[in-house]
Amino acid sequence: MSDWQTFFDMGGYALYVWGSFGVSAVLMIAEPILLRGRHKAVIKRVARIARMNAPEVKQ
Amino acid sequence: MSSRLINWFKFSSPATFYPLAGRLLPWFAVTAVVLIGIGLYMSFFVAPTDYKQGEGYRIIFIHVPAAWMSMFIYLVMAFWSALGLIFNTRLSAMMAQALAPTGALFTFIALWTGAFWGKPMWGTWWVWDARLTSELILLFLYMGYIALTSAIEDTRRADRAGALLVLVGVVNIPIIYYSVEWWNTLHQGSTINFRKESSMTTTMLYTMLIMALGCWAYTIAAALSRVRSIMLERERNSTWAQQLVAEGKA
Repeated sequence: MSDWQTFFDMGGYALYVWGSFGVSAVLMIAEPILLRGRHKAVIKRVARIARMNAPEVKQ
Repeated sequence: MSSRLINWFKFSSPATFYPLAGRLLPWFAVTAVVLIGIGLYMSFFVAPTDYKQGEGYRIIFIHVPAAWMSMFIYLVMAFWSALGLIFNTRLSAMMAQALAPTGALFTFIALWTGAFWGKPMWGTWWVWDARLTSELILLFLYMGYIALTSAIEDTRRADRAGALLVLVGVVNIPIIYYSVEWWNTLHQGSTINFRKESSMTTTMLYTMLIMALGCWAYTIAAALSRVRSIMLERERNSTWAQQLVAEGKA
């Protein structure tokens, strides 16, 4: 077995080690992406409210 | 009132805290990435193979920091909830709400990695022992808090109800922490013990602490980002929020 194969095999615990770290990694990458999306959405919403409240520009 | 007290209350105003949170956020985000990067490298390439559990023990480097965070975030939420109920500060409830989803995330990770560690070492994904059950209750407390605060329309009532729920649920934290001492659990006792020498090598200990610090920085960054969104949502009709958005500084 090559070095990398030995590494990924984790001494026979591959499923458990990668199952743990993999799911944790997915969640801890997904949360910041969701947070960024939420923040952008809120900014859009506030901008829309500000435009609605703005006094009408005279033609 | 002393001037010191006034200064503290100044930061409880969203208009003051919002830009401050925005300046702090990138520092904590970078710290989290660096520390977790180092921690992961040490977890897989530096920490030695365990003499009993082989490579399978490496799950500890995510499991224990996640479990610590799950309990600690709840305590911080309880602190903000108490502060909110006592001083009626608007920011307190927003802070608690900003922390809850990240707390739930770490609780889930602690339970999930625990199951993936229990299967090869104990022969089962799950047992209803005191440690596992009380940690599952913690996940339900987080989810209950999120559901309750988002179900009540009136923010002031939602804040108060949420704060009460968090404060009632805080009894669960010492139960989780001491469960391995109070009851005969399948879950092992704490690896790190302040009263006696810890039962792991120094390298393993440092790896775990670096991962824990990384998770700390991650939590602070996530909570700061979320609290900024909550502040803008709640203060959407205020001048300061609309001005920041108009200037592109939000």
